[in-house]
Amino acid sequence: MEYKVTTPLSDEFIEKLHAGDRLLISGIIYTGRDAAHKRLVALVDKGEPLPIDVKGQIIYFVGPTPAKPGEVIGSAGPTTSGRMDAYSPKLLDLGLKGMIGKGSRNDAVKEALKRNKAVYLGATGGAGALLSQRITAAKVVAYEDLGPEAIRELEVKDFPVVVINDMYGGDLYVEGRKQYERGVDS
Amino acid sequence: MRELDVARITEAVAKLAVEACTYLGDDMVDFFKKAAEREESETGRDILGQLLENAKLARDTNMPLCQDTGLAVVFLEIGQDVHLVGGDLETAVDEGVRKGYGEGYLRKSAVADPIGARVNTGDNTPAMLHTRIVPGDKVKVIVAPKGGGAENMSAIGMLKPSQGIQGAVDFIVDTVSKAGPNPCPPIIVGVGLGGTFEKAAYMAKHSLLRKVGSTNPEPRLAALEDEIEKRCNALGIGPAGLGGITSVIDVFIEELPAHIASMPVAVNIQCHSARHKEAVL
Repeated sequence: MEYKVTTPLSDEFIEKLHAGDRLLISGIIYTGRDAAHKRLVALVDKGEPLPIDVKGQIIYFVGPTPAKPGEVIGSAGPTTSGRMDAYSPKLLDLGLKGMIGKGSRNDAVKEALKRNKAVYLGATGGAGALLSQRITAAKVVAYEDLGPEAIRELEVKDFPVVVINDMYGGDLYVEGRKQYERGVDS
Repeated sequence: MRELDVARITEAVAKLAVEACTYLGDDMVDFFKKAAEREESETGRDILGQLLENAKLARDTNMPLCQDTGLAVVFLEIGQDVHLVGGDLETAVDEGVRKGYGEGYLRKSAVADPIGARVNTGDNTPAMLHTRIVPGDKVKVIVAPKGGGAENMSAIGMLKPSQGIQGAVDFIVDTVSKAGPNPCPPIIVGVGLGGTFEKAAYMAKHSLLRKVGSTNPEPRLAALEDEIEKRCNALGIGPAGLGGITSVIDVFIEELPAHIASMPVAVNIQCHSARHKEAVL
C-alpha cells in the first residue's frame, strides 16, 4: 500500500501500516543521531524534560552536510540505525511514533514498536542529494555544539520511506531477503 | 632531483576530496544501469534508479552524493626521485583535508577521544594517510573518502591454515551476510589475503581503488572473486537490503605471502557510494 501522511502520526494510522508499505511524509520531523540520542536518554534517565516533545513525532537518523549559501540543507540521507538501538526504546516509551533510518534494528526496538504502536521506516541510504530535495526548511533546535549531530527541526514534503518494521512484528529486511535467497552450486 | 612543493599536494587533496564526494565514477554509473536491467526485484530496480538519479543530481548541483562524506583516506605514491619542499608532508595533507572539507561544504565526521568524549575535530582531520615510495619522479595523490556505515561492517579473521580456501570464502561471505542491509548495499567487497594483521587490512582497503568491472590479472584470484561474488549475490540482500539479486557490485582481492602459522583474511566493505579520485603531480 502507499500512503500520504502528515505528522504527527496517530495510533489509528500506525495500526494500518505493514512492512513493505510506502509512505510519503509531509510536515515536521526531527533529526538525531548517536550523540543527540545519548544526551536525550541521559535526560530521560534523570527524569528531566527533553528539548523536543517526541510525542507522536518522527526522528530521522541523519547528520547532513552543511548547507551552502542559498540551500535549505546539504546532502541528507539516513545513517545506520542499529547504533540507536541502545536509546530508541526509551524514546518510544515516551510516545515517539516513528524513526527513519537504514539497516536492521534489534529485538528490544522491535518489542518497543509493538508495545507503543510505532514504526521503523527506511529511506534509501546513499541517496542524500536526492532526499535533500524533499526537505523544504531546516533549523537547529537543540545541541548546536554537536555540529552535524545537532537536533534539527525539518519541514519535509512527500519524503519517501518504506515501512521496515511495523507494530505487528513484520520485518521487510527479513521478508525481502527470504524471497531472493537461493542456493549456489559449488 | 625534481623538487615538488607540498603546497601542490595540499591543493590536490582539497580538490580531489570535493570531486570524489560529488562525482561518482563512470564505472559505478554504468554498474547501476546494468544492474537495474537484470535485477529481478521491482523494489530493487526502483532503488537502483534512485541511485542513478542521485548520482546525476549530485553532479548537476554540486551536492555531495551522500551526507557521510567520510574520513579522508589518502594514498600517496611518492616517486623516489622527488624532493618534497615547502614544509612537512603530513601537515600539508591535513591542510588539504581541512580546505577541501571546509570550502567544499563536506561533513566533518572525525571525533577525537573515540572511546570517551568523542569531540568533533571540526575540520575532518587527521587524514588517514598511507604513503608508498615508488620509482620515478611523480607523486600520485588518491583521495578515497570512506563512510562509517560500511566501514563498521568490515572484519578481519586470523584464520587457521587448515581452514583453507573454503574457510576463507565462508568468512568473507559470512561477513557480507551479517552486514545485510546496514552498509548500503549493493556493496564492493575488498579482500586482503595473507600478509600480517595490518597488511591484510591495508590490502582490503587498497583493493577498493580498482575499477568496477575490471578483472584480476591473476587468474586464480579472478576465479575466487567470481565465486565469492556469486555466493554473495545468492544471499538475497538486494539493493538497500530490501531483497534482490544485486547485493554485491564487485569483489576485489589483493594477496601477499603469509607466515607459516597464519592465514589472515581481511574484508573491507565499501558502500555503493564508492568514491575515489586521483591526480598525478
